[in-house]
Amino acid sequence: MSTQPTFLLDGVEVPFQPGQSVLQAALSAGRYIPHLCYHPEFKPHGSCKVCTAKVNGRTVATCTTPAEAAIEVESNTEELNELRRTLVQMLFAEGNHFCPSCEKSGNCGLQALGYDLGVMTAGFRHLFPERPVDASHPDLWLDFNRCILCELCVRASRDVDGKRAFSLGGRGLGKHLIVNAESGRLADTEIALGDKAVEVCPVGVILRKREGFAIPIGERRYDRSPISAQALEDAPRPLEKRQHD
Amino acid sequence: MPAKPKVVSESQHIFEQSVRRSVARWGHDPHNVLQVLREVQEECGFIPPPAIALIARLLRLSYARVSGVAGFYAFLNTEPHGEYRVLFSDNITDQMLGSEALLDALCHRLWVEPGKRSEDGLVSVGRTSCTGMCDQGPALLVNGRAIPALTPERIERIAQLILGRVPLGDWPAEFFAVEDNVRRADILLGHSLKPGDPIRAALARGARGWSENAANERSWREAYVGAALGPSATLEEIKRSNLRGRGGAGFTTGIKWEACRHATGLTHYVVCNADEGEPGTFKDRVLLNRHADLLFDGMTVAAYAIGATQGLLYLRGEYRHLLEPLQATLERRRTEHLLGTRICDQPGFDFEVQIHVGAGAYVCGEESALIESLEGKRGVPRNRPPYPVTNGYLQQPTIVNNVETLCAAALVAVHGGDWYRGIGTLKSAGTKVLSVAGDVERPGLYEYAFGVPVRQVLEDCGATRTQAVQISGPSGVCIDATEFDRRIAFEDLPTAGAFTVFDTSRDMFEVARNYAHFFAHESCGFCTPCRVGTSMLVAAMDKIRDGNGTQHELREMNRLNRVLLMSAHCGLGHTACNPILDTLRRFRPAYERKLRSLDFAPAFDLDGALARARQMTRRDDAGAHLEGQP
Repeated sequence: MSTQPTFLLDGVEVPFQPGQSVLQAALSAGRYIPHLCYHPEFKPHGSCKVCTAKVNGRTVATCTTPAEAAIEVESNTEELNELRRTLVQMLFAEGNHFCPSCEKSGNCGLQALGYDLGVMTAGFRHLFPERPVDASHPDLWLDFNRCILCELCVRASRDVDGKRAFSLGGRGLGKHLIVNAESGRLADTEIALGDKAVEVCPVGVILRKREGFAIPIGERRYDRSPISAQALEDAPRPLEKRQHD
Repeated sequence: MPAKPKVVSESQHIFEQSVRRSVARWGHDPHNVLQVLREVQEECGFIPPPAIALIARLLRLSYARVSGVAGFYAFLNTEPHGEYRVLFSDNITDQMLGSEALLDALCHRLWVEPGKRSEDGLVSVGRTSCTGMCDQGPALLVNGRAIPALTPERIERIAQLILGRVPLGDWPAEFFAVEDNVRRADILLGHSLKPGDPIRAALARGARGWSENAANERSWREAYVGAALGPSATLEEIKRSNLRGRGGAGFTTGIKWEACRHATGLTHYVVCNADEGEPGTFKDRVLLNRHADLLFDGMTVAAYAIGATQGLLYLRGEYRHLLEPLQATLERRRTEHLLGTRICDQPGFDFEVQIHVGAGAYVCGEESALIESLEGKRGVPRNRPPYPVTNGYLQQPTIVNNVETLCAAALVAVHGGDWYRGIGTLKSAGTKVLSVAGDVERPGLYEYAFGVPVRQVLEDCGATRTQAVQISGPSGVCIDATEFDRRIAFEDLPTAGAFTVFDTSRDMFEVARNYAHFFAHESCGFCTPCRVGTSMLVAAMDKIRDGNGTQHELREMNRLNRVLLMSAHCGLGHTACNPILDTLRRFRPAYERKLRSLDFAPAFDLDGALARARQMTRRDDAGAHLEGQP
């Protein structure tokens, strides 16, 4: 009856609307593909590569690959989940992540993804970079140690808050988040407590001051249900458009 | 006391003047922010935060956006790096010619540590990726200007000039002399065309038949029925020629041009990729120096074929010395009516070329990263689709072609597609210019018809006792002596031009380790696998070098290769493991000699941890080492 085009994801038909990416269509249809830098409200940019899957045999980032009729997507395979585990290990090794002392623990996308994918070991020798914390802002902490360079705060501040408080500097392993101030201090940007950029950080980089462990460990977002289930709850249902361009 | 504030305000004044001049020169266009940053760096030596803030304000960009661009490019500094910034080319060919000893000698002479600024703020000495002088290395850049053919004597003279604070403009001119070293010329390097011949030939293809003013004069293409045939006839010849891109990927030029011609947009753009960054390649440097007219003819022919009015040439920062000669060539072509409006008196045939100079980023050789860089952004490859032919520079239809491709297209415009496809092999039409360097008697450029066996190139350039050849640089393939009958062609050994020769005295492990460092240094950092993976590769290779390597590292590198191949965002990440895997396959003993026979050993080196204490106490006797260590 329906004329909506479909593609195959792990052998199951997934309907999509033109313009949707493979990942967006899958999530809308209640099918999970692991992802990290993708957020349903923002235009995908495909940097973390966790959502990599095989589309007609080629590995691509599904968040930026347009859905097309009759393509065959392989996602939930051991080979791809092993790749995803390695990418998560790389992100852990690259920064300084100490989950037991992190205010974000239990609400953290990286940690939740690690649990959900079954990352059991460090995998790589950690790099322990030196990344000073910016505590200049009266209401916010900026702890670069936990940054995974997903650029969600960059996108949120630019596209929703209209402030361009963040950008990226450096290159390669030296790539890092920078703030929009000649002084280099968060206090000298326009960012404020209620900004989308504050809310959107999936890890513990942008944190509210004077708010520690208000929700106890064990009752937090990913303590209640795994990230794979939460992602499906958060996904826009068909015909709903919430994305900021 | 009042002297100090005066100095500060004076230098602020210099920065402000420099910024304002440059912003005006680049039309207050925020897309040109990289060019402004580069010019300010050139005039002032570095770009301090107040200068970035002023640039941001004048170009209506955010501070962080400008700062993010400045931080991406290796040649831009936001902190002072000394009045003289010396960067040694760090390609394996430079190292083979003794660059490390020369770097040490210069550092010693100037009392400075590599990578740091001297205490008096006079000078800093560091390393940079291949500067494209492999045929006349070792080479360095001082304040962005190339000095090849380094010798201990030349290094001593450079030290004297720096210590004497002699302005760069007063250094001996012969220091900056760059040789072309053309050793074997064929149809391209040996062409005898006059400037404009290819354009006139393209116009002549359309001039046959009658012409008449059309009622609807939308453009010069539609205005004359006869002229309307010209662009499509030229495109036909390019397609007939089977010309394929010379930058490495080998995409069919005619198909690219046709797709762009048919794409709708406000303006079509012709972009010449002269960001020749692949270590070991230097052919474009010579083409730009000797055959700039042929290149601009090629760009103009391309503009004619696809209906473009604007051309952009992206020149790698290492070739900064070519900027003024290229601009002089463009200026002369304007007076000769080969550029500008009504080219060759053809009504409506308008085409201009602007030159942008890069600032030290290999990844910008990737066409979509190059377009980002042209737009004044960080050189991060775009997500595709859409492709540049429909959504390129400023989201307009754009062709990006290599220097050599555009030169070849100019030849096709004159001699025709059938002539061109008759040269070379069935799948690889025409000739290829090889940049031959390494352990050879006569390094330089060698042009051959496609299909030439590696063995013949080795004979012609005087290579003896050859152990391996790296074809097309680190992102290409490494072949050993059993494969020298293979041929240079898209169907066998495709190449962007690098042909680096290693004789039996070379340690192929060290070659691969140099390339691993290169990829980690040049990773743009956009995607996780490449940003972290290339550094993990370096860590594994360095661990083996340090004598702590085990089978574990070899397995680890295989795992990293899979991750990079499956998930990296662009070709840089996909090919970053090639040098290691190729050399592991062919020269495994070079690795195994260095391995401990254990299954695993920690990278932590207890004795190495004392190195800093030894340096501080200036002790290196046996008592300053742990027992049993050297």
